[in-house]
Amino acid sequence: MAAQDSDSDEDLVSYGTGLEPLEEGERPKKPIPLQDQTVRDEKGRYKRFHGAFSGGFSAGYFNTVGSKEGWTPSSFVSSRQNRADRSVLGPEDFMDEEDLSEFGIAPKAIVTTDDFASKTKDRIREKARQLAAATAPIPGATLLDDLITPAKLSVGFELLRKMGWKEGQGIGPRVKRRPRRQKPDPGLKVYGCALPPGGSEGSEDEDDDYLPENVTFAPKDVTPVDFTPKDNVHGLAYKGLDPRQALFGTSGEHFNLFGEGPEGASNLLGDIGVNKGRKLGISGQAFGVGALEEEDDDIYATETLSKYDTVLKDEEPGDGLYGWTAPRQYKSQKESEKDLRYVGKILDGFSLASKPLSSKKIYPPPELPRDYRPVHYFRPVVAASSENSHLLQVLSESAGKPMHDPGTHSRHQLNASKRGELLGETPIKGSATSVLEFLSQKDKERIKEMKQATDLKAAQVKARSLAQHASGSRAQPLPADVGHCSWHVALSGGTATTRASSFKPFAKDPEKQKRYEEFLVNMKRGRKDAVEQCLDPSMTEWERGRERDEFSRAALLYVSSHSTLSSRFTHAKEEDDSDQVEVPRDQENDVSDKQSAVKMKMFGTLTRDTFEWHPDKLLCKRFNVPDPYPDSTLVGLPRVKRDKYSVFNFLTLQETASLPPAQGSSEKVPQPRAPDKSRKPSRWDTSKQEKKEDSISEFLSLARSKVGPPKQESSPSVKKEEEHVTESLSDEMVNKEVDSQPEGEGSRPSMDLFKAIFASSSDEKSSSSEDEQGDSEDDQAGVREADFKSSQETDLVETSSAAHDSKLPPQDPAPSFPIQKMQIDQREEFGPRLPPVFCPNARQKLETPQKEKHKKNKEKHKAKKEHRRRKEKKKKHRKHKHKGKQKNKKSEKSSSSESTDSSDSQSDDEGTADLSPQELLRRLKRLPLRRQ
Amino acid sequence: MAFPEPKPRGPELPQKRLKTLDCGQGAVRAVRFNVDGNYCLTCGGDKTLKLWNPLRGTLLRTYSGHGYEVLDAAGSFDNSSLCSGGGDKAVVLWDVASGQVVRKFRGHAGKVNTVQFNEEATVILSGSIDSSIRCWDCRSRRPEPVQTLDEARDGVSSVKVSDHEVLAGSVDGRVRRYDLRKGQLFSDYVGSPITCTCFSRDGQCTLVSSLDSTLRLLDKDTGELLGEYTGHKNREYKLDCCLSERDTHVVSCSEDGKVFFWDLVEGALALALPVGPGVVQSLAYHPTEPCLLTAMGGSVQCWREEAYEAEDGPG
Repeated sequence: MAAQDSDSDEDLVSYGTGLEPLEEGERPKKPIPLQDQTVRDEKGRYKRFHGAFSGGFSAGYFNTVGSKEGWTPSSFVSSRQNRADRSVLGPEDFMDEEDLSEFGIAPKAIVTTDDFASKTKDRIREKARQLAAATAPIPGATLLDDLITPAKLSVGFELLRKMGWKEGQGIGPRVKRRPRRQKPDPGLKVYGCALPPGGSEGSEDEDDDYLPENVTFAPKDVTPVDFTPKDNVHGLAYKGLDPRQALFGTSGEHFNLFGEGPEGASNLLGDIGVNKGRKLGISGQAFGVGALEEEDDDIYATETLSKYDTVLKDEEPGDGLYGWTAPRQYKSQKESEKDLRYVGKILDGFSLASKPLSSKKIYPPPELPRDYRPVHYFRPVVAASSENSHLLQVLSESAGKPMHDPGTHSRHQLNASKRGELLGETPIKGSATSVLEFLSQKDKERIKEMKQATDLKAAQVKARSLAQHASGSRAQPLPADVGHCSWHVALSGGTATTRASSFKPFAKDPEKQKRYEEFLVNMKRGRKDAVEQCLDPSMTEWERGRERDEFSRAALLYVSSHSTLSSRFTHAKEEDDSDQVEVPRDQENDVSDKQSAVKMKMFGTLTRDTFEWHPDKLLCKRFNVPDPYPDSTLVGLPRVKRDKYSVFNFLTLQETASLPPAQGSSEKVPQPRAPDKSRKPSRWDTSKQEKKEDSISEFLSLARSKVGPPKQESSPSVKKEEEHVTESLSDEMVNKEVDSQPEGEGSRPSMDLFKAIFASSSDEKSSSSEDEQGDSEDDQAGVREADFKSSQETDLVETSSAAHDSKLPPQDPAPSFPIQKMQIDQREEFGPRLPPVFCPNARQKLETPQKEKHKKNKEKHKAKKEHRRRKEKKKKHRKHKHKGKQKNKKSEKSSSSESTDSSDSQSDDEGTADLSPQELLRRLKRLPLRRQ
Repeated sequence: MAFPEPKPRGPELPQKRLKTLDCGQGAVRAVRFNVDGNYCLTCGGDKTLKLWNPLRGTLLRTYSGHGYEVLDAAGSFDNSSLCSGGGDKAVVLWDVASGQVVRKFRGHAGKVNTVQFNEEATVILSGSIDSSIRCWDCRSRRPEPVQTLDEARDGVSSVKVSDHEVLAGSVDGRVRRYDLRKGQLFSDYVGSPITCTCFSRDGQCTLVSSLDSTLRLLDKDTGELLGEYTGHKNREYKLDCCLSERDTHVVSCSEDGKVFFWDLVEGALALALPVGPGVVQSLAYHPTEPCLLTAMGGSVQCWREEAYEAEDGPG
C-alpha cells in the first residue's frame, strides 16, 4: 500500500485507505456532525460513554446496575435439598456480556497471554535483547526462551505486515536503489577518526549499476539501540563468561572484543548443534580428570592474551576474508587506505605535504663473510722475548695482524696501569694491581732476574721436549710429562714467585709444603725434572706418582685461582688505620678563599658553590614542581661514602666543647682563658674566640702535646678554616684518644657527648638547673659556677625581685641575667642562643605548679651530685674566687640596699667553696624554681 | 586582598606602639603573623603556642602539646593548620580550630629551630641544630621525612620556603638555597654564623643576618652583595630580621632592645625603634601593612605607623 505511486513521486508516502473517487455530478457528502456520531451496541442501543473501562462505553441495563426485571434478589432456596448446587458467585456473575467479549475486560476467547508469549518472532526486540544478552553477566541467557516459542504478534506487527512489511526489512518507503554511500563533504569538519572506506560494501556499490530501474527495495533494517539501563555493578563493557566457551569449549575461536555484532549472536543456537559431540558439562582443572574421561587436553585451555586483539582495527567483513590470507582485492583495498587524504580543515599558511614522510631507513646488518664460523678460539699467548720472537711473528702473521714493534705494545696487551702511564696519570696509591707492587724495589729486581732466567730455560726445555716427542723416543713415557710441559709454560709466564710465597696448599704437612716449594723453585728455574728432584726418595713409587700429580695440579690450580680471585676482589677503599675520610663528591671547599672574598665584600661567584642536588620525587610532587632529574633515583647531593664518621661530623662542637676540662686535667698546656669561665665555649662565641684562643687550636695543641713535644699554637688566622677542618680533626682525635686511652679518663670524650647522642628527650624535659648540673660531668666546673651564681641570684630574686630591673644594666643581658643560663640547655648550645628572658611576674605565676616534680628530680640526683662535687671541689674553689671578684664589681654598681644583698651573696659565694653538699642542696631547694 | 592603593606619601614605618600583649607563657621565643596578617602566633617558653588577634589583643586559643619550649611556628596558607617546632625535637602539626595535635613528627636529633610550611601546606620543613632540614609530608602517615637535607655542617637556624625553593641559613656561615625546579643547591658563604634568612617579597633577593652584627642583602641568582646593613647589635643570640611590607626597608632585631630599620636601597639607618630594656628576640612584619610585631621577654608589642587610627579589625 505504501509508495504505490512511486513513479510519480517517490518521496511521497501515503498511509491508510484512500477515499473512493467521487462520481460525476455527485455532491460530496456532508460530514456527519459531531453530535450525530453515535455508537450503538449490537442490539442497537446507544452506548454512552462512561469511562475508560472497556472502551469507555457502557454498562448494565440502560446504565443501571439492574436488569430488565429490575434489581431482584435471588429467591430463597432451601439449602437442605440442593446444598451441593449452591454455587459460589464469581466476578463473572456480575459482569456484562460485553466485558466477556473480545474487547472486554475479561475476554473469553483463547489467546496467548503475555506471560507465556515469547518475543521470538519480534525480531526487533529480539535483536535488542541479544545485544543486551551479549553484555549480560551470562550471555545467551535467552536460550530457553528461544526453545519455547509460542507466537504472539503484536498489533503493530500485524499492521505492518498488512502494509506489506516483511521480517528483516526496514520500515519506510521502498526506495529505488540503495542510497549511495556518502562522500565526505569537503566543507564538513570530521572529528576523530575518518571513516574507513568500506571494503566490503564497495563491491555492492558496483552491483547497483546493473539494477533495473523499476525494482525497488525495502530500506535496510536498523538495529535498534538497546537502552537497557546499567543496573549491575560490573565494569563498563563487562562481558561475562560466554557459555559457548565455558560449556562447549570452542576455545580455538578468536575473540573479537570490539565487535561481537548481532551476526555473532544470531548463531547462538547453531553453535550448539555443530558441537563436536563433546559432552556438555563443566570440566576444568578443579574437577580433575575423571576416570571415565579419556582426554585431558583441554583442562588448561584458558584464554591467553594472544587470542585478543592487540591493536584497534576495523571490524572484519564477516566473511573471513581478512588478514594476510585474504584475497588480493582486500589487501589492495587496505593498501589504498594509506592514500587517504587528510580530511580536516587545514590551517592558514599550511598545506598538505605532497610527499609522504620518509620513514626511518633501516639499514640491514652487515653481511657475514661466507666462511664465518661463530666460534671464537683463543690464540696462544706467547710472551715476547728474544727467544721466541720468531714464534710470535709466525703467530701474529697467521692471525693476519702485522707484526708489532716489540717496543710498543698493542692496545690489548696493555693493562690498566700501563694505559694510565701512557695517559700520564699518576698511579693510584694503595690500589696495587698485583702482589708484586707490594714488594720492595730490591725484591722486584731479583724477581725480574729470575723471571728472565726462567723464560730462557723454559724455551730450552720446550725445545728439548718437542725434540723428544718428535724423535718418538719413549724414554720418558710418564703421563705427567706433557702436563708438566703445559703447566710449565703456563707458570713461566708470570708471578710464580709470589704465588709460591703466598699460597700454601700443603700447610698442614710442613714437610710436604717444603717439598712443594722446592718443586716450585726448581720448576721456575726451568728444570724439567723438578718434581723428581724434590720428591722424597724414601717414598714409594706410588706415593711419588701421586705427589707429582698433586704438585702439578696445585701449581696450576693456584695460578688460576689467584687470577680469578684477584679479579673478584678489589682493594679496600679505606684502610682502617688510615685517617682519611671520604667526603661528598662536591665539597664546599676553599673556605680561606671565600673568607678573603667576604672580607673584601666580593660576594658572588667567589662565595658561591653550586651543586647538583636531587630533590625527592615526592617532595617535587608536593611542591608542584616537575622533577628536575626524572631518571635518577638519587636523592640529595651526589656523594661518595662518608658515613664512617658521620656521628662525629656533626658532633664536632661537642668535641671542642668538652675540651677545656680535658685540658684542665692534662695541665700541660697553659690556660689562656681569662674571664667568662662560666660559659662553655661554642662556635657561636666567635667574638670571644677571636680575642682568645680558638678551642680547636687548643685541641690541636692538646693533641700534639700528647703525641710529641708541645708545639706552639697555630696562628689565630687559621681559626676559621679549622672550623671546617674539625671533621677530620675529630677523627684524628678519636684515633688519638684510642691511643692515649691509658692516660686516664680525662682524655676520653666527655660523657656529654654520649648523652647528647643517646639521651632521650625526656631527660631534657626535666630541665631544672639541677638536671643540667647532674648531667654534665666534665663541664662541671663551668656549670657549677652557673649554679652557684644562680643560687645567689635567686636569693636576690627572692628578696628584691622588684628591684631587679633597675639594678642590672639592660644593655648587657648575658652576664646580668644569670637566670638565662639556667634556661638554656647547656648541652644543646649549638647555635645562636635564645635571648634571655626576664619577666618575673609571669614567671612566678607559672612556675608554682611544677615545684613538686622538680623536687623529686632533685632527690634522684642527690647521690650522684655529692660524688661529683667532692671530685670537683678543688677546681671549683679556684674558679669561684675569680667569679666572686667579678660579682663584686657588678654589685658595687648597684644601690646600697642591693649591695647588702649582693654582699650577702658574695659571702655566700665565697662560702660555697667550703660548703657541704647538703648545705648546697638545701639552698638549691629553697630556690624559687625556674623552669629550664 | 585587592591591590594596595598607591600612596602618595612615602612608606611609613611602624613606630607607634599600639598594643602590648602580655603573653603569659614565659619567654616569647617567636612571634609570627598568619598568612593575611590578621592574627599572630606566639611561641612560648612554657611549651605552649598561642594564637592572638594582635590588634585587639585578644587571646584566641592556646595550643599545648609540646614537650619543651616552642621555638618557631608557622601557619598554613588557608589558616586551617599550624606547625611548630621546639626543644622537644618534635615538629607538630596543629588543627587551628580544634587546637588538637594532628601529627607529631619526630626524627630530629636536636631541638628544632625553625619550621615552615610549603606553599600548599603539604610539606613542613623544619631546621634543627642537628644540622639537618627535614621535609615532613602532611598528607601521608609516614613517620619518616620525605627528604632530609643534611648538607649543612652545623645547626640550621633559619628556613624559608618559596614556591619552589628552600632557603636555609646555617651556623656554619652559609646560606643554602635548594632549588627544586632546577635541582640545584646554591651555597653562599657569608662567614659568620647565620641567624636569620628571608626572601624579599619580590623573590629576587635574600636577606641574611649573621652574628657579626651585619645584615646582607644578596642577589638570589648570583649571590652578589647588594647591600649591607649595620648598626644593630647581634653577636650572641638568634634574632630575626625581615623586610618591610613593600620591600622598602630592612628590619632587624637587636640585642640592645631596639628594632632597626634601614632603607633598603641606600642602606642608611632609617629608624632605631626602642622597644624595651631587654633583647628584641623576634619580630614579624605584616604582609601588607606597616605593622610590626616584636617580642621582648614575655610580651609582644604591636606597632603601627603614626597615622594609624585604631579601628575595629576583623575578628
